[in-house]
Amino acid sequence: MAVIPEETGSGDSGGLLGWIDARFPLSKLWREQVSEYYAPKNFNFWYYFGVLSLVVLVNQLVTGIFLAMSYKPSAAEAFASVEYIMRDVDWGWLIRYMHSTGASAFFIVVYLHMFRALLYGSARKPRELLWIFGCFIFVLLMAEAFMGYVLPWGNMSFWGAQVIVSLFGSLPVIGGALVEWIRGDYVIADATLNRFFALHVAALPVALIFLAIAHLMALHEVGSLNPDGIEIKEHKGADGHPLDGIPFHPYYTVKDLVGIVVFLMLFCGVIFYAPTFGGMFLEAPNFEPANLLQTPPHISPVWYFTPYYAMLRAVPSFAGTQVWGVLVLGSAVAVLFFLPWLDRSPVKSIRYRGPIYKIALAIFSVAFVILGLCGMKPPSGIYPLLAKICTTLYFAFFLLMPWYTRIDSVKPVPQRVT
Amino acid sequence: MNDQVDHSRRRLLTIATVGTGAVGLAFAAAPFLASWQPSARAKALGAPVDVDASKLEEGQMLKVVWRGQPVFVIRRPKTVLDLLGGHDAVLADPNSSSSIQPDYIKSTGAARARNPEFWVGLAVCTHLGCSPLGAFEPNNASQLGGVDLGRNWPGGFYCPCHGSKYDISGRVYKSQPAPTNLTVPPYAISADAHIVIGLDDAPKTA
Repeated sequence: MAVIPEETGSGDSGGLLGWIDARFPLSKLWREQVSEYYAPKNFNFWYYFGVLSLVVLVNQLVTGIFLAMSYKPSAAEAFASVEYIMRDVDWGWLIRYMHSTGASAFFIVVYLHMFRALLYGSARKPRELLWIFGCFIFVLLMAEAFMGYVLPWGNMSFWGAQVIVSLFGSLPVIGGALVEWIRGDYVIADATLNRFFALHVAALPVALIFLAIAHLMALHEVGSLNPDGIEIKEHKGADGHPLDGIPFHPYYTVKDLVGIVVFLMLFCGVIFYAPTFGGMFLEAPNFEPANLLQTPPHISPVWYFTPYYAMLRAVPSFAGTQVWGVLVLGSAVAVLFFLPWLDRSPVKSIRYRGPIYKIALAIFSVAFVILGLCGMKPPSGIYPLLAKICTTLYFAFFLLMPWYTRIDSVKPVPQRVT
Repeated sequence: MNDQVDHSRRRLLTIATVGTGAVGLAFAAAPFLASWQPSARAKALGAPVDVDASKLEEGQMLKVVWRGQPVFVIRRPKTVLDLLGGHDAVLADPNSSSSIQPDYIKSTGAARARNPEFWVGLAVCTHLGCSPLGAFEPNNASQLGGVDLGRNWPGGFYCPCHGSKYDISGRVYKSQPAPTNLTVPPYAISADAHIVIGLDDAPKTA
């Protein structure tokens, strides 16, 4: 990257770069998006997770392409082809574990990335669209992960797909026909697997890449927020650059590199020493082929879906239909999109907010983790009640936000970053 | 060059062009959407299934596949049949009025079967499509890997996914995740317990 001189104008320098710049804004893009993109100088730990999600995305794309070279998307061959990758393809086990661990890693970094937004008000004006692009990425990521989990055609793949696709069947009037249309058969079958493969490897990744680009473009248009929740663009120096900003390259490229190395150490630790992560990243029933006649004794999705799965189960059927649980599940994701308008606090960062928001966020975080645990456990004993309480707390955090953020006390916000 | 541009005419033409294009796009999308419907092969594989249930012992269950879905065929002991009418008060839909079954099944009330001795139903939980387990012995918890179904369990089905309980006619208990009784598919049964799943009337040739 260092070969691109920073002072290059458009097309006025000679050589290969000048030739390119006269035809394509290469130097201009580099300057605007990287070397002269001014980011706040006070980024902390929480600001690693954006770049880490990009790293995981690249990992998923590269390993996914290589898996697709040995995988067979048919009900008869899928399970055996995955075992073939694991046993007979040179380094196939590594590529598959990088991909399966990457799926979980993706959700870890994305959940932490979203939590950062709740901490520092990253979704607030003027970053609403940035946040909405991010929410769409989250929704697509869930679809991508779900379809990817079906592909190995293990018994949990099969029954998980059965449960999730059935969700659409609870919709009134169109439900039955819609489910048949999604499956392409009267049951989760070869046709379903084959189309999920097409969506998983082509349609959704393309959409994800476009959304990731839109997410970054929106970010670079409005500029990054920071742990103080103040706009660095409001105080610019004589050179027109924010006084509290530093060029993304080299300052943050180097800093991010350190974060990436630490992340990769943990990532490789899981790949080499705990690829199933005790049944959390790869569930035990999925090491058996899909069996139409044998439901696993306990169906639970992979850990990153369990908070939402627990909400689904927390709602009993009512008036002869179980559509309410599905509506609660959908609303739990949909409510995220409205976060920028639900938060009415005059300040953005938690540093300058009063105790109410801090307590609310803490309760919300604990409730979300408990929901995740409830979703992994069978629906008996204390768990159904716990799931009901935590579902209520999850929605209360968002739906009561317009009131409690307004009455919450605030501390004076500094003019410049601290 | 004529500077006198008729803007309203131009707007009308633009709207008409965009509209025509949108209609064309919708028509062009139809084949792609329709390609997700079950194919001719999938439909052919959904043909009726023959089951010879005469060899079933009392209390035994047979699982067969029809249209890719598991179907239970059970031979119910007389003792269990006698219990059937007795617990309507704890059922969510004792008369199967909001459940799915052919009319000739619904009219049989608590038995939900053309021949009360043989019960036929989809082994697909009406909650989220898991396959319920059979737990026919009254008050016997051991057959379900330790799940305690309570002292008054009259025998029936238990869904391992989300804990829905059904009686031995596939009728769901109150306050379960499952909203309705187990679905009964169309089927015909002959005097010698020969069952054809997927047909309302047995084929004429005996």
